[in-house]
Formats: sequence, structure tokens, C-alpha cells
Amino acid sequence: MTLLLIIFFLAAVLIINLPPKAFFKKIAFWLALFLLLLQLVFVFLPRSLWTGLNTLCSSNNFSMVQDSLSMVMLLSIAIVGLVALLVAKAHIKSENKLFNFVCLLLLCCIGMNGMVVVTDLFTLYLFLEIVAAAVYIMIVFEKNQNAYEGAFKYFILSAIATTLMLAGVGLTLSTVGALSFTALQIYFANTAQISAGATIGVLLFMAGLFIKSGLVPFHGWLPDAYQAAPNPVSILLAGIVTKSSGVYALVRLGMLGVLVPESLKTLLLAFGAATILIGALAALWQKDFKRMLAYSSISQVGYIVLSLGAGTLLGYAGAIFHMFNHAILKSLLFVNSAAVESRTGTRDMDAMGGFAAKMPWTGATSVIGALSISGIPPFSGFWSKLVIVIALWKAGLHYYAAFAILASLLTLSYMLYMQRKVFFGKLIEGYDDLREAGFLYILPSVILALITIGLGIGFPFIVGTMLMPVAIFNW
Amino acid sequence: MNGDLNQLFGLFLLFLSLLLIAGVYLITATRNLIRILIGMEIMTKAVTLLIIAAGYVTANIALAQSIVITLIIVEVVVLLVGAGIVVGVFMLTGDISVKALKNMRG
Amino acid sequence: MTFFVLILSALLLVALATALVADLLVAAIWLALLSVLTTIAMFYLNSPLAAVFELSICAGLITVIFISTISLTRLTSNQEKKTAARTRLKKYIWLPMVMLVIGIALYLTLDINLTLPLLTPETDVRKVIWNLRQFDLLGMLIILLVGVFGVVVLFKEKFNNER
Repeated sequence: MTLLLIIFFLAAVLIINLPPKAFFKKIAFWLALFLLLLQLVFVFLPRSLWTGLNTLCSSNNFSMVQDSLSMVMLLSIAIVGLVALLVAKAHIKSENKLFNFVCLLLLCCIGMNGMVVVTDLFTLYLFLEIVAAAVYIMIVFEKNQNAYEGAFKYFILSAIATTLMLAGVGLTLSTVGALSFTALQIYFANTAQISAGATIGVLLFMAGLFIKSGLVPFHGWLPDAYQAAPNPVSILLAGIVTKSSGVYALVRLGMLGVLVPESLKTLLLAFGAATILIGALAALWQKDFKRMLAYSSISQVGYIVLSLGAGTLLGYAGAIFHMFNHAILKSLLFVNSAAVESRTGTRDMDAMGGFAAKMPWTGATSVIGALSISGIPPFSGFWSKLVIVIALWKAGLHYYAAFAILASLLTLSYMLYMQRKVFFGKLIEGYDDLREAGFLYILPSVILALITIGLGIGFPFIVGTMLMPVAIFNW
Repeated sequence: MNGDLNQLFGLFLLFLSLLLIAGVYLITATRNLIRILIGMEIMTKAVTLLIIAAGYVTANIALAQSIVITLIIVEVVVLLVGAGIVVGVFMLTGDISVKALKNMRG
Repeated sequence: MTFFVLILSALLLVALATALVADLLVAAIWLALLSVLTTIAMFYLNSPLAAVFELSICAGLITVIFISTISLTRLTSNQEKKTAARTRLKKYIWLPMVMLVIGIALYLTLDINLTLPLLTPETDVRKVIWNLRQFDLLGMLIILLVGVFGVVVLFKEKFNNER
């Protein structure tokens, strides 16, 4: 049934490009809004919706995963996609450009929806490339020089990443003989002597995913791409694109039992820890609002990978929960930066100060986002970091658990630094007639802030229903 | 028979890794954006042939072929987007050297 | 076996030539030759269908894309030819040596052990594409659409020149 989320979107993109074009240009935004809301509904009511269409998609040839991990990813895609769409409506003035942007956004969402449901290593690569191609185009959407620079860096590192992944696919094909997830799972579970070819293949595939998710030695492209992209694209990139194209596949491989060898786990732990530390330290130095958030994003991805490195079910649960939280919180903070930029025209944090007095909604939601991502109770970020720390501790990785706790202090420090620079203190001169950003910026940030508060307070109630089943492997 | 195939695959693996390294070297050594795209193409050639070779030695050539056909389509679209980015850089800066891409630091 | 050694060596030599030539247009043509050699290797590896795609798309379409990109950015390409030709040799003299060293290292360490797949796989490529890998077909359709929008956004829309 998840197939409908691809088919509907694709049909929508095709239809709005047919004549009468003037009419479809007007409704393109609303159609995209409707489709993403539909996806949201689908995630919460997977069974009750379209039961009649069930037979259409029960064909075996489109084999798909529909476990809780995919559902969580589909949910995040829908939420971040909606937020990006609303901000795009406010950000892009020209109707023609908005139309092109909506089409690309829908194609990108198709790619991500496909990526989180496929059951084949190569099809995963294919959808990853769809998302990447759509995102390169979206980054250079406003055609300024920095955007081209960010896009080209992303392009080159992605090219290397996908080559590595394809080399991994080739080696896996030569040793496992098939590429479907089931075949991989069976091979890694049952083969006594896992051949070197398969291990190297998985390692190469993982190296590609590391580049795609911007882990530390390979993070060069990420801040540039995030900083230079138009605001709605930054939200999309930081919130969901890097997560679904890099980290999701890592989680999936982990749940398939492919990351069993101890050396792979050590690799994940080492890369995760390095990423947390260097991302957080680099974030402390930044003067550009979006660049600071980009480094913060790198650091948070480090937490997800560290949690994967624990290698237990709780570790996977922590990784998935943190991934969801990060999608919510980072898009919230990027919406705030977009709101500030829309009113002041600058992203230089040195030229800001005391904006909370003039932009109360933006200021308040940004405080919530910053506290939540630093792991302050009762927000949801606290719980996901707690799960990660417990998972690491239970796996016997005491030093890494202590490191995760200490590093969240670093997160707190750069987030508070950002708050002090931008929102608190005395209002700096020249901004006396600063107004609150438009409705299209306020609405998503309030909704995202409510989600993180609700998830944080309601966590004890949903822990049994939403979080833990994720870790139980079911097809 | 299996030994022969092993040897053949080893041969492909050896030469294709070298081809891959040539592509990576070209990407890192050059300052010309179009040459970077050419290096990317060389790398893609290497993995394409690797997949075909892997399919051949495991008697799974149909799967390998269908994968490679998809791969070639993806390659064209990605290259098209890359070429568009290079042309855009040229339109904005009048240069297609890596020097045109050194604005952002830190 | 000897045939494959020959063709793979030719592949490496052509790749070196692609890297070393000073003129970009010539490099693009060497790249096309690389595709042709790949096609021949594919043909002898029992994959005629993929070989046809490789020949028509990689040797044909991609060369066209490269040549049009090079002619669109011709101005600097000419300048680059003069200045780069001198520094070129210095930069790439390392490439054959690096390849030689890594080649020997790989030759000594490489010991791949194949396990043939347990299931008998489908051998008809048409069946694999149309029946077993429909998701890939859908993906191809989507990525072609992305390419269309790429052309619209990247090539058709105007630039706001703010150097």
C-alpha cells in the first residue's frame, strides 16, 4: 500500500504538467499540500485507508518493507515536506518558480518514500540517486554563486559515495548472489564463514553511506550545501534528506544483521564519537546562523550513528527515535533562521541581538527547539538522548555513554550561545520596526514545537506503542 | 571451473580497482570542473563493468544486466545535472576552475 | 582470459590517455573510446543488452553532453589549454606510479572466494527487468522526470548575474 504514496505523487507531478497549465500552476501548491497531508493520514491509519485498493498493490513484484521503521521515516518525510512546502510558499514569490519548486519537492518526496520502503540494495541506490539529483537542482534554485559552490561540492562527494556503494553492490552480488534484503539477511545469519568479499562489499556500501550522511572525515560538503541552499531547501536537507539517504540505510542494514562483526560496530562507534565532537566544536565557532545549525546537524547525526554502534535493539530504537526528533527539531530551528532572515535579510549572528522582543513566536519556539535538542527534560530530545545513553551503558560501552552525556553539554553551550546572540539581550540598533515573521513561518514552527513538547510529556505513555516495536524486527 | 571463474573475477577486480583509482586521482588532482565530471565517468565505468563481471561469474547475468541498464540511465541524468551546474558556474563567474568555488570556508 | 587481460589493459591505457590529454574535447573523445571498450568487454561477458545501452547512451549521449558543455564554456577552455599543458605532466606523472604500486599490492593480497548462489536465478533478462524489477522501472521513470526538471531549471531559467 505504501506504493500508493509513490504512484499518487508521481501521477500528481505528471498531471500538473499537462495543459491547462495556467490552472495547474495555481493549484500545484495546494495539491502538494493535500498529498503530504494524505501521507500523514496514511501513516496513522495504514489499514483503514483505501482497503479497496489493497489488491492493486498486493502484487509481489513490488516487494516493500512496511515495518515501524519505514512508518517513522514516512511520518518524518511528510512533516518535514509540509514544513518545507509552507516556507517555500512564503519564500518564493514568482508563481512559475514556485511551480517548479513544488514539482521538484514532490519528486524528492517520491524518492525518499521509495527509499524507505524498498527491499533491495540496488533499488535503494536508485531512489537515493533520485533524491540526490532533485536536491542538487533545488540547491541551485536561486542561481547564486554560493549555491553553485555548495551544490557542486555535494555533487562530487555524492558521486564518490555512490561509486563506492555500487562497488559494494558488485562485490555483494559476487559473493551473496542476490541483492534483496532477505537474501542478505539469510546470508549473514546462516553463513558460518562470511567471505571477505561480502564484508568488503558491506564496508564499501557503508563508506558511501557515511559520506552521504556527512560523518566527520567526509563532512566537507554538508555545511556549504546547507548554508548556500534556499531556506526551504535547507529545511528539507537538514530535516530529512541526509537522514533518509544516509542514516536510514545504515539503520536498515543494522536491523538486517549485516553489521554484526565487532569491527564494524567499533567503526560505527569511533566515527559517531568523532562526528559528535568535531561537529559540536565547529558549531561553536560559526558566525552564520545556518552554518552553525549545519554543524549542529552533523553533531546530532553522530549521536544516531553512535547509538547504532551499540548494536542492540535498544540502540536501534534510540537511533530511530533520535532521527525522528532531529527531523522535527532541526527543521524547527531552520524555520526560525528562515523567519529571522525573511525580516532582517541577514544570517550573520554578530549583527543580531534581542530579536525575541520583536519576534516573540519565533523566539519562543527557537528556545524550545534549542533546549530540546540539547537534551533538557521534559522535551523529546531528552528522552532520545536518554535512550541512547542507556543503550550504550547496557552494551557495556561505559566510556561512550559518559562521552554522550558530556557531549550534550557542548550542544547546550552552542545552542545557548546562539540564543544569546540572536534572540536575547538588548535589541541592537536599526531594528526598531522589526515585525514578527509571516504566518507561513509561524505556523510550522508552532506545530513543530508542539510536537516536541507533546512527545516529551507523553513519552512514558507512547514508549510501549511507538518506540519499542520499532526495534522488533518485523516485515 | 570455479577456479577459472575465480581467477577471471580476480583479474577484473584488480584492473577495475585501478580504473577506479585513476578516476579518483583525476577528481582530486584536477582544477577543471569538466575534468572532474570526466573522472566521475571513469569511476562509473569501472563499477558498471564490475557489476557485469560479478553477474557473469555467479551465473546471474540477467540480474546484472538489468541493474546495469538502470545504472546507465541514472548516470546520464546525474551527469546532465552536473553539466548544468558546471554551465551555471561558468555563467556566473566566467570560469570553470575550482578557484571559482572557494567562497565558503570554516 | 588473455583476451580479457588485453581489453582491460587497453581500458586502463585509455583512461590514462583521458586523464593526460590537454584538450578537453580530445579527453571527451577518449572517454567515448573508453565506453566502446567497456561495451566490447560487456559483449564478451554475455550481456549484449547492457552492451547496447552502454554503446548508445554512454558512448553516444554522454559524449554529446560533454561536447556541448565544453563548447558552452569554451572561453576558459582555451586559456586553460595553454596554462595547464605545462603543469599537466608534473601533476599526472604520479598517476601511473600510484596505479602500479596499488596494482602490485592488490595482486599480492587479493584472494576472492566466490560462493555461487544457491537458487537458480532467472536467466532471461527481459523477464528480470519487466517482472522481477518493476520497482527499478518506476525509479527510471522518476529519475527521467527529475532530469526534465533539471533541464528546465538549470538551462532554461534566467540567471540573476550578481558577481
